[in-house]
Amino acid sequence: MERDKNFVLGVFDDEDVLLNAVKEVRSSGVKIHEVYSPFPVHGLDEVLGYRRSRLPIAAFLFGMLGTTLALLMQFYMMKWDWPMIIGGKDFGNFPTMVPVGFELTVLLAALGMVAVFMVSSDLKPYKIPRIFDLRSTDDKHIMAIDLAYNDGAEDKIKEVLKSSGASEVNNKSFE
Amino acid sequence: MQVTSSVREPLVTGGKTIKDVTNDIARHVEGKPTKGWLLAVAVSLGVLTIGALALVATLWEGIGMWGLNKTVGWAWDITNFVWWVGIGHAGTLISAVLLLFRQKWRTSINRAAEAMTIFAVICAAQFPIIHMGRPWLGAYWALPLPNTYGSLWVNFNSPLLWDVFAISTYFTVSLVFWYIGLIPDFATIRDRAKGLRKVIYGALSFGWDGAAKTWMRYETVSLILAGLATPLVLSVHTIVSFDFATSVIPGWHTTIFPPYFVAGAIFSGFAMVLTLMIITRKVYKLEDYVTMTHIELMNIVIIITGSIVGIAYITEFFIAWYSGVAAEQYAFINRATGPYWWAYWSMMTCNVISPQLFWFKKIRTSIVATFILSIVVNIGMWFERFVIIVTSLHRDYLPSSWAMFYPTMYDVGVYLFTFGLFFTLFFLFAKFFPVINMAEVKSVLKSSSEKVNK
Repeated sequence: MERDKNFVLGVFDDEDVLLNAVKEVRSSGVKIHEVYSPFPVHGLDEVLGYRRSRLPIAAFLFGMLGTTLALLMQFYMMKWDWPMIIGGKDFGNFPTMVPVGFELTVLLAALGMVAVFMVSSDLKPYKIPRIFDLRSTDDKHIMAIDLAYNDGAEDKIKEVLKSSGASEVNNKSFE
Repeated sequence: MQVTSSVREPLVTGGKTIKDVTNDIARHVEGKPTKGWLLAVAVSLGVLTIGALALVATLWEGIGMWGLNKTVGWAWDITNFVWWVGIGHAGTLISAVLLLFRQKWRTSINRAAEAMTIFAVICAAQFPIIHMGRPWLGAYWALPLPNTYGSLWVNFNSPLLWDVFAISTYFTVSLVFWYIGLIPDFATIRDRAKGLRKVIYGALSFGWDGAAKTWMRYETVSLILAGLATPLVLSVHTIVSFDFATSVIPGWHTTIFPPYFVAGAIFSGFAMVLTLMIITRKVYKLEDYVTMTHIELMNIVIIITGSIVGIAYITEFFIAWYSGVAAEQYAFINRATGPYWWAYWSMMTCNVISPQLFWFKKIRTSIVATFILSIVVNIGMWFERFVIIVTSLHRDYLPSSWAMFYPTMYDVGVYLFTFGLFFTLFFLFAKFFPVINMAEVKSVLKSSSEKVNK
């Protein structure tokens, strides 16, 4: 059976039922492709067994880059490239470099992290997403299960979904 | 896991379901523009046009068109600049600080408040740019760009340059934060739309599909952005206050300026959020989303920050007396009893006395009273900046340089220009973007809605 083509969809109305259902479906040995929700459901990533996002590390590294670039730029311009006496202050006057250093740290951390988020989640303006069920951005949670990864055990999957509280169980195929 | 409290008031009233949230908010984006909206846009575009005439005259002739003179070199423009930046602060406070404190009531108002932040910062940025006189050359004066004079770099010892970095970082980070929050809601509108609207909102939604993994990253990004925006918002008004506090002008040379400016910014920003939200909830019939609880909580923030501002005024006065510096003492006596006494007492009445009325529950929970007081507070906060800037400057060290500042119609006109710009942008936002964060409201619905609880 071809991968990523034939799916069984469990439709859930309530986020707490969904959380429980994810646990039940996974413990019955069925592999879940992904769950699509109209809003963030707390704890869903844990029951799906996702690893914690490493985006905070990206933010930290980009922030460090921002601090470094900001201080290098200021020392280069104020002390090495064209030193000027301003109010009798030291050329490499660190305290006055703190505000710009801070702002550029925040700027690069924010922009860098968001860029990594966009790339890792494949978000781009010209992308046409594959929508399993239009209601997944409105009021329903959609659990998609790829038949190819579950040896085509369609009847068993539907049974598990129904018993775990899905309000509808549908089939969906993509060309 | 959701924790449901039987004691807490619901955040969303009227027993809304998740479907109702989508319909109530998306309806305004999908419907034809109403007559009221067209009229409102026409009025704000009219104000923008009148203001643009003053702006063009100022750019053509130079800032000599304003009422500035050699003693009072900063007046209306910098007053307006600080006023607009201050208004912007409430949006970040609501979306970032209240997110870190897990205040779920923010979800109904954060979208509009952040939009207000972005538009207010755009308006604020006009003034220092115009005040440069020849803004088309300004990039060389304000940014560290290589040039043919050496390169002769910008001066990183100057708080004015820190301001350039602070305001532009603040604008960029706020815009990114706001847009990340908009992406899931654009996807909701895309999935309800057909034809051209589907294409446009499809592009705006960046191909969002609501996958659990993406939501997990989205939440991480929101939390980190909130953590970055919180010190950022405090730094921005701190740096704005450095423009004054690092100088040696009596009345400006004050170490309490940073916290005092930040409190004043939040104070005026919350007042502006109230002004805008009271109109929006009425026009869009969103009373179930922006409830009396929201208005009351915002009014409590106004009491707190208004009281901090009041204490700061008194502290300034006390320190001026206690310092024993004659120039400093004179600056403060002159503020209260000099030729600008009316500005000082307008400020004291609007900022110190009027917010104290919110101690009365009747006033705090009255829409009309809140609306009037929210405007009074912003008038007061404009006078605060005017008093700080003009009364400190107009009595120079040398009595022969003493002068008065009288605004010209071009001062007023450029201020009107930013009003027109602000409201035009806000009305466009209110029509084409979802004014309430649908996804976040849906996520707090279960712990709050009466219907689901019962």
